[in-house]
Amino acid sequence: MNPTDITNPEYFHKVIDCQYACPAHTPVPEYIRLIAAGRYDDAYMINWESNVFPGVLGRTCDRPCEPACRRGRVDEEPVAICRLKRVAADNKGNVKARMPLPPVRKNGRKVCLIGGGPASLTVARDLAPLGYEIHLYDEWHKGGGMMRTQIPGFRLPESVLDEEVNYVLALGIHTHFNHYVSSLKEILEKDYDAVFIGTGAPKGRDLNLPGRKEAGDRVHIGVEFLANVAFGHKKTIGKRVIVLGGGNTAMDCCRTARRLGGQDVKVIVRSPFQDMKASPWEIEDAKAEGIPILNNMPPKEFVVEDGKLKGMIFSKVKAVYDEAGKRSLVPTGEPDEFIEADDVIIAVGQDNAFPWIERDLGIEFGKWDLPVINPISFQSTRPDVFFGGDAAFGPKNIITAVAHGHQAAISIHLYCSGQNVLDRPAPTVNLYQQKMGIHEWIYDSVVTEDDRYKVPHASLDVTLKDLRAEVELGFDRETAFREAQRCLNCDVQTVFTPDLCIECDACMDICPTSSITFTTNGDEDDLRSRLMAPANNRSQDLYVSRELPTSRVMVKDEDVCLHCGLCAERCPTSAWDMKKFLYSVTKTTKII
Amino acid sequence: MSYVKSRFRHPEQKKNAVGFVKSDYEGALSTLCAGCGHDSISAAIVQACYELSIEPHRVAKLSGIGCSSKTPTYFLGNSHGFNSVHGRMPSITTGANLANRDLIYIGVSGDGDTASIGLGQFCHVMRRNLNMTYIVMNNGCYGLTKGQDSATADYGSVNKAGSENPFPAIDLAELAITLGATFVARSFSGDKTQLIPLLKAALSHRGFAFLDVISPCVTFNNNKGSTKSYDYVRQHIEATSALDFVPEAEEITVEYEEGSSTTVELHDGSLLALRKLSPGWDPTDRNAAMNQMDKAKREGKILTGLLYAETSSRDLHDVLATVDQPLNSLTQEKLCPGSAALEGINSSFR
Ligand SMILES: Cc1ncc(C[n+]2csc(CCOP(=O)(O)OP(=O)(O)O)c2C)c(N)n1
Ligand code: SF4
Ligand SMILES: [Mg+2]
Repeated sequence: MNPTDITNPEYFHKVIDCQYACPAHTPVPEYIRLIAAGRYDDAYMINWESNVFPGVLGRTCDRPCEPACRRGRVDEEPVAICRLKRVAADNKGNVKARMPLPPVRKNGRKVCLIGGGPASLTVARDLAPLGYEIHLYDEWHKGGGMMRTQIPGFRLPESVLDEEVNYVLALGIHTHFNHYVSSLKEILEKDYDAVFIGTGAPKGRDLNLPGRKEAGDRVHIGVEFLANVAFGHKKTIGKRVIVLGGGNTAMDCCRTARRLGGQDVKVIVRSPFQDMKASPWEIEDAKAEGIPILNNMPPKEFVVEDGKLKGMIFSKVKAVYDEAGKRSLVPTGEPDEFIEADDVIIAVGQDNAFPWIERDLGIEFGKWDLPVINPISFQSTRPDVFFGGDAAFGPKNIITAVAHGHQAAISIHLYCSGQNVLDRPAPTVNLYQQKMGIHEWIYDSVVTEDDRYKVPHASLDVTLKDLRAEVELGFDRETAFREAQRCLNCDVQTVFTPDLCIECDACMDICPTSSITFTTNGDEDDLRSRLMAPANNRSQDLYVSRELPTSRVMVKDEDVCLHCGLCAERCPTSAWDMKKFLYSVTKTTKII
Repeated sequence: MSYVKSRFRHPEQKKNAVGFVKSDYEGALSTLCAGCGHDSISAAIVQACYELSIEPHRVAKLSGIGCSSKTPTYFLGNSHGFNSVHGRMPSITTGANLANRDLIYIGVSGDGDTASIGLGQFCHVMRRNLNMTYIVMNNGCYGLTKGQDSATADYGSVNKAGSENPFPAIDLAELAITLGATFVARSFSGDKTQLIPLLKAALSHRGFAFLDVISPCVTFNNNKGSTKSYDYVRQHIEATSALDFVPEAEEITVEYEEGSSTTVELHDGSLLALRKLSPGWDPTDRNAAMNQMDKAKREGKILTGLLYAETSSRDLHDVLATVDQPLNSLTQEKLCPGSAALEGINSSFR
């Protein structure tokens, strides 16, 4: 193999699994160390710069970082990254003083944001400090978008959301609430220099089954149901409730139904449990509230008698996989099952919908009637119109919307300054020395063996009675410290300088996880088979040095390196060194 | 500050034939200097015992005094151990071995511990062909006491303080062959591809196996002018042959060229296959071995690899016709048959 080019910022970035997996590339280990040090304000601001809604995300994020977490590959469970983020938000002091102020002198440019959710608010946060005059339109009376309409209060208190939405609005954003934009043409006729569309994926799918019409208003569409509950329009529900669908929306619906008076609430999914889209922890929380989940039961029809919904009939299937691994659901031959219900909530997915965008504005629409968007710049085929969040590429999650928002803000800024929107700014990277003494590092190099700590929950007696009582109570500071110590500090990189190596093998001998091997070079397959331990995780790179005097190379499998620093401690010549690699995605406005 | 080695290990560690993973053969975290050759030898011992599928409780590690003699703490943490006094590892091992012949004995010593204060004991344990593996971690100095020249320091070798050694060196491998050691090899801590098969062969050998392993002291003897530095050893090393250790149950799969290869069959049926033999050398011929070593020395080379092996020798237990079982498995009546039996023995001399 060729020697690894560690000057390419993406090499070490990829070693920081959590940060790499985060759509917004939040520097996770950096803020976790700050939480351990009790520096909650600093930890919050690092998050605020990257993801704008630390308090919201610390409760609701889909956490792509956690399945990626290296700790999950050496220990039973990953670091509770998401809930540590919440600790920063819960314990911070007055962070407002550290946030930018809207400049007194504007730059003369006006930008319109349609939709008041996480994508638009991120664009607003990034552009307002540069002097842009920002106008934000939303159909509701408050900002937040789906964070407000689709996430129930028992998972996200309104005060937390209001606080973080307001940090953005305080940057001098002109809000046009209670204003549903029904024509893009009208907006484009105004004097905006650029328009950003962050209207989400607002259309919940219906199920066209026999009896659907007759069942009438006892059948609800998941996202609409959640919005109606959020705004207090819907306050009760029948005792027996069926929720159809296996995603996070279904989980929110069933738990909400429990709180509205549903006593016998069931989730029914058409396919096997393991194919459910909902996050494992959301499923767990639903089950803990006494909600059974039945699988392999596709809904067949609504049973309505005398104009009243009685329940639903389901057929029974099993999943069969062909050679290519493709799944089909085949009937088991068992008789259909009737399940009683007073209400049915359909939460089987959502779609983007743009009935309000005229098709003669120069915005090209492609497959599934979705706008054609450049995945790097988020620009549509009409240069002054940009998309982001679920509106861009379909339903994802908050953190993805935020990441889109940052990139769209860069594009809008480039566009408004007459530059090429594809000239993207490089990330900023820094390597920091960690050595303090012979066996001393600035970071806590010792790897604790603690198991993942559980976030305490409020008692069901309280939470099932009160729609707005938060279920998760968050880590206290002591537990947060312990959980933070579980972080392996993957951003503290093992940096190898071949010129200094005397090939004493000390690093190879000490490495707890047998990650380092000195051997003769070969191609990747060959090398992977000849290392101290099998290097079968292909998603993790091999770090290969140039040839050393004994004609061997140093090969490090990044897969399960603990970043414990023992290789560097045992190195007599400092050929190994531990250096903190801080990678940050460049934003239009630097916050920290 | 660490001095702590995480207990997390590679999730795909494989079990050996007796159900242990490699980390079961590790010891405490070393307190030796970073880069010390001794640590590499410890790692090679761990690897060799793991690969040989030796049950850790069947091994006894014994040592004297010195940085090298500290290493048994850093490998085979689940085995028996005895850290004796300076130069006295051979007599302790002799006693232990006579009491329990079922254990595998690994003696670890330094060049100071063996060639200076312990030279007498070293000579006698070899003459007696005690069944053990004797490893000298040879750095040409007294590492633990801050690097004074030892008796294996080469004539003219420059120490860290800059003075040349005025005395000729004792070549422990030559001495071993002369005094009747039945398995003699030399290796280098920085060459595990050679050291591990040699260790495996030595551990499988019945009788006295001696390994002189050059092991640089990074702190006191890794300077320019030292003949035991990493650089010097790498530049002057020459091997008698390339080696493969072939366990008893396995077949030799590699084809070896006629005339340039040979095999040494060890006591337990395993084989040491030697390839690319240096010309004129036969591992079973004591004189040939001595000649090769002399020749290398004249050419300024360090000859490594297997030097001499004699596999059909009688070990100390054979010679003394001791009981077949370890003493701890004998009944009290057998071990201490009482005054009547003593009376019988005494009267047989009258
Ligand atoms: C009876 C006795 N004499 C002297 C010493 C001092 N002493 C400790 S270690 C040592 C030499 C160790 O040299 P070596 O065996 O080569 O071990 P190394 O530290 O080089 O590995 C000496 C002389 C001692 N501990 N005991
Ligand atoms: S003094 Fe020399 S022999 Fe002793 S531990 Fe340090 S490097 Fe090794
Ligand atoms: Mg020594």
